[in-house]
Amino acid sequence: MRAIGIILAGGNNHRIRQLTQDRAACAMPIAGSYRSIDFALSSMSNSHISKVAVFTQYNAGSLNEHLSSSKWWDFGRKQGGLFIFTPAVTAESNAWYRGTADAMAQNISFLKNSHEPYVIISSGDCVYKMDFNKLLEYHIEKKADITVVCKEMPPEAPVERFGIVKVDPDMRIREFEEKPVVARSNIVSCGIYVIRRRQLIEMIERCTEEDRYDFVRDILIRYKDMKQISACMMSDYWSNISSVDDYFRTNMDFLKAEVRKYFFKEYPEIRTKVDDLPPAKYNMGSQVHNSLIAGGSIVNGTVEDSILFRKSYVGNNCYIKNSIILNDVYIGDNTHIENCVVESRGTIRANSYYKGESGIQVVVEHNERYVI
Amino acid sequence: MYVKKEMIAMLLAGGQGSRLGVLTQKMAKPAVSFGSKYRIIDFPLSNCINSGIDTVGVLTQYMPRRLNAHIGIGIPWDLDRTMGGVTVLPPYESNENSDWYTGTANAIYQNLEYMESYNPEYVLILSGDHIYKMDYEVMLDFHKKNKADVTIAVMPVPMEEAKRFGIMVTDDNRRITDFQEKPEHPRSNLASMGIYIFTWKVLKEALLTNRDQPGLDFGKHVIPWCKDQGDNLFAYEFNGYWKDVGTLNSYWEANMGLIDIVPEFNLYEEYWKIYTTAVSIPPGYMAPDAVAERTIVGEGSGIYGQCYSSVIGCDVTIGKGTVIRDSIIMNGAVIKDGCELNKCIIAEECEVGSGVRLGVGDEAPNDTNPNIYNNGLVTLGEKTVIPDNVTVGKNTVIYGVTDENDYQDMCLPSGGSIIKAGDEE
Repeated sequence: MRAIGIILAGGNNHRIRQLTQDRAACAMPIAGSYRSIDFALSSMSNSHISKVAVFTQYNAGSLNEHLSSSKWWDFGRKQGGLFIFTPAVTAESNAWYRGTADAMAQNISFLKNSHEPYVIISSGDCVYKMDFNKLLEYHIEKKADITVVCKEMPPEAPVERFGIVKVDPDMRIREFEEKPVVARSNIVSCGIYVIRRRQLIEMIERCTEEDRYDFVRDILIRYKDMKQISACMMSDYWSNISSVDDYFRTNMDFLKAEVRKYFFKEYPEIRTKVDDLPPAKYNMGSQVHNSLIAGGSIVNGTVEDSILFRKSYVGNNCYIKNSIILNDVYIGDNTHIENCVVESRGTIRANSYYKGESGIQVVVEHNERYVI
Repeated sequence: MYVKKEMIAMLLAGGQGSRLGVLTQKMAKPAVSFGSKYRIIDFPLSNCINSGIDTVGVLTQYMPRRLNAHIGIGIPWDLDRTMGGVTVLPPYESNENSDWYTGTANAIYQNLEYMESYNPEYVLILSGDHIYKMDYEVMLDFHKKNKADVTIAVMPVPMEEAKRFGIMVTDDNRRITDFQEKPEHPRSNLASMGIYIFTWKVLKEALLTNRDQPGLDFGKHVIPWCKDQGDNLFAYEFNGYWKDVGTLNSYWEANMGLIDIVPEFNLYEEYWKIYTTAVSIPPGYMAPDAVAERTIVGEGSGIYGQCYSSVIGCDVTIGKGTVIRDSIIMNGAVIKDGCELNKCIIAEECEVGSGVRLGVGDEAPNDTNPNIYNNGLVTLGEKTVIPDNVTVGKNTVIYGVTDENDYQDMCLPSGGSIIKAGDEE
């Protein structure tokens, strides 16, 4: 592969509320067994990109834990590998990453010391699968300076939280607005870009000179008339988890047969850190309908239209409906949980009642856990 | 570079385990899957790493491909090491005498150089065909404390069953004074588990002295020789769960033991984890009409029918309207819609057509191997295909891709066998 990879995993998002209290958005658990960064990482690995940098800053610990070994994504190589960059005090800088471009600027040696001609940049909080070889071919064929992966959203979908683009018939991006008040198109940027490495270095260095720090605002939008920035339309599944509702909906998408087939059964696969958990166990009296149950879980009660992440325990006579139970949650007997996201490592006391009335409720309960 | 490991393990994984019938037709017994997502060898391998042993030689001989693929470079067990780790040791050709492994101790003898390269003080000999959790470090402490030359792990068994085992007779200090191999009148109820710790010098001397003994075996030759030499032999009593899964019935029973509310052999304990190669990552899916009770299900499986008291592997599909009871379904098997399965062992990647009924009717002894296929079990070898709407009785075995012509009136009566698979692979 003639590209190196960069995954932008620094961000926090206030719209995802308590769920990023203790973790980076890119470490958000997805679909029972994964974390959001797995999708970008696996796509890069599956596209034979052998050298990948992850820029992380907010709650970096959670991500470091997940990426503690690179072998699960096949990055434990002599050539290349997985590089995790958190902000560091250096002779030149003692600042945090002030933006995505600044993160690259502070680690410009990673770009300069590579020899691959291209860079694939992806945000780490999107759920998708992509063959970057095809994307690179498209980029070269279009003779673009930068290619932005875009997706046409359904007309009724709210898109104001994305970068909105307008393209001309030749797919060149003519307008690019970041999180507009009123969207003037329903084509959104997926946060995945291709750019020539030397071009990127040049632009980043220019940004630094001008005290500009954001890749979208200070490179994509600022250069869109001067450089050829092309859109590459993505037709497959793509979703991002920038709000609690998005996060909930993205997870629930995996209850659809076609989404499961696309991510779980079709080549290539999404990989993640392996957890060595025993098989899921369904005890006498358990009733589980239209739900995903991850490894290490033990179910005694009723679960409907829900996702149980790894190592969940559902007590006797519980009723879990339309909810997401994150990793290692213990739910005591006779508990009712509906329209909720239960934060990981939580312990729900027996006889509790939680119901999201006007939307999805985030439940964070860290009680003493007596059993087990 | 001088290497020193206090204790290394040698794991005997070369046996076929012929009493498992078609399950070991294409793979050695240690590679047979167990408890949904595991394989039998995962238990001794996990015990090794959990006991702090990071150098393990795995001796293979019979049909080793699946075992090799499963072990790889040892990543799941953290046995991918720059020094030591897991090494697969197949028989090899040499200048003097090229030989298969002719006995358990002969296999170890042929790998003297491997062991020597780690300068061990002790060598742990294991077999790859039991289900148990054991801290070998505690056994080593026992060995050291007694200044033993050989320590043999033993388990108390009911006196009336003692005649099926190798029995160790000990004094009050657990010093072994005598052995009895499958005795008519046992003088003790301590059965050997086939787990030995040797002081390296003693093992080396015993193997070199007895190397010309045909079929050199630990139980038959090496241990008696050590005793005759006047070595210190001790019996280390183990009281935990330990299951031999040598027959189809004991294999089935051990699997069924995993689905109790608090099983005697608990895979859900944090303290002593069992590791395996992850064949599948995604969570299991339970369809709107699915039922699972007293059942364990591996990753990536989709349940659309009903499963009761069963052990289901990874990436399995159970079709709509299908009812499964008391069965073991291994990785990648597909059971289509409207089937009925009772007390079946379905090996990996089998395909059972719609409307098939397995394990119905009255029992009749198996016509080819009544000693293997009994207890009402229906056994399907790996990659077996059964066409739609077939009915199969009890004590039956089917292996290979079958079609309607293989069945009389779409039926295989109890006690019947269809073995179609050849030696391809």
